[in-house]
Amino acid sequence: MILALFEDAGFILTGYIVTFLAVGALAWRVIRSGRNLAKQIPDDEKYWT
Amino acid sequence: MTHLDDTSTATTSSTPGADAERLPSFATTGTRATRFLGIATLVAMGWLVLFGLVLSPADVNQGESVRFFYIHAPTIWVAYNSFVVTAFSSGAYLFTKKHSLGWDRLAGASAEIGVVFVALTLLTGALWGRLTWGIFWQWDARLTTTALLFATYIGYLAVRRLGGSHHQRAKRSAVLGLLSVLLIPLVHWSVLIWRSLHQEATVLDVDGDADIDGIMLFSILVGVVAFSLFYVWFVLHRTRMLAMEDLIEERGLDAALDARRAEAVEGIEASRADETPVGDGGPS
Repeated sequence: MILALFEDAGFILTGYIVTFLAVGALAWRVIRSGRNLAKQIPDDEKYWT
Repeated sequence: MTHLDDTSTATTSSTPGADAERLPSFATTGTRATRFLGIATLVAMGWLVLFGLVLSPADVNQGESVRFFYIHAPTIWVAYNSFVVTAFSSGAYLFTKKHSLGWDRLAGASAEIGVVFVALTLLTGALWGRLTWGIFWQWDARLTTTALLFATYIGYLAVRRLGGSHHQRAKRSAVLGLLSVLLIPLVHWSVLIWRSLHQEATVLDVDGDADIDGIMLFSILVGVVAFSLFYVWFVLHRTRMLAMEDLIEERGLDAALDARRAEAVEGIEASRADETPVGDGGPS
């Protein structure tokens, strides 16, 4: 692999993995919480529907 | 991020009567636009990994550690933009006649994602520092002012969670949002104001000339696009969530007030009943 040639691949990969995990976790949380909240509100009070 | 328009949670059929019409059939904060944005974000993130880890070459001076740059710089730029949006929305809330809570929610959502991006900037910066300088952290001007920016907006988010009405929350956080944004020029120009271990601006240079190779510049731009798309996607969802949270809170308060009023009415009626004479058949 190309990445195996990198001297400091561990640090670089850690940075990328943590970044994308953080973004993914945030997206997941927003979707889940949004759905839970949307179940409690009638459609006519959701301005985006 | 691929099921933003899921409407499978609809439960209108099980409830009889008029209430059934009021129950949600659209149980999500997503729309077609946010789904498109989510897919575009995923594609851009894939491009960022491809260019950042594979296609972009090593730097002459920094070697492979330059790959941090494609995350580190875009996240702080998008964080700056987030905080500017927070300040703008705060001003719009305070200085418009309507004092719309929509501006307040936009300010809050934008600050939340900004804080996450600053945290990622600090993390990738620490890893980059370990490779380039040999240490994770130094109390350098740029690093210290960035940490101060992070702490300030954590404080901003804490202030938003204090008690009070929605407009009280909006007013005090709007004032803080307008003040906090003043830190951004200090962070950005800290490398020029003080002697700093951190390098000076490469792309957002004072002379406007990017001192960087073409493919590296393109990789940074891919990072900026990817994180900007995610920012827009997140803010759209989060503002809708905040609107629903406010609505639920208002309803809870209204229900509690109604309950207290009902208790008070019952109490009054009970005391009147106690004062009423027991019978009419007394001695004449």
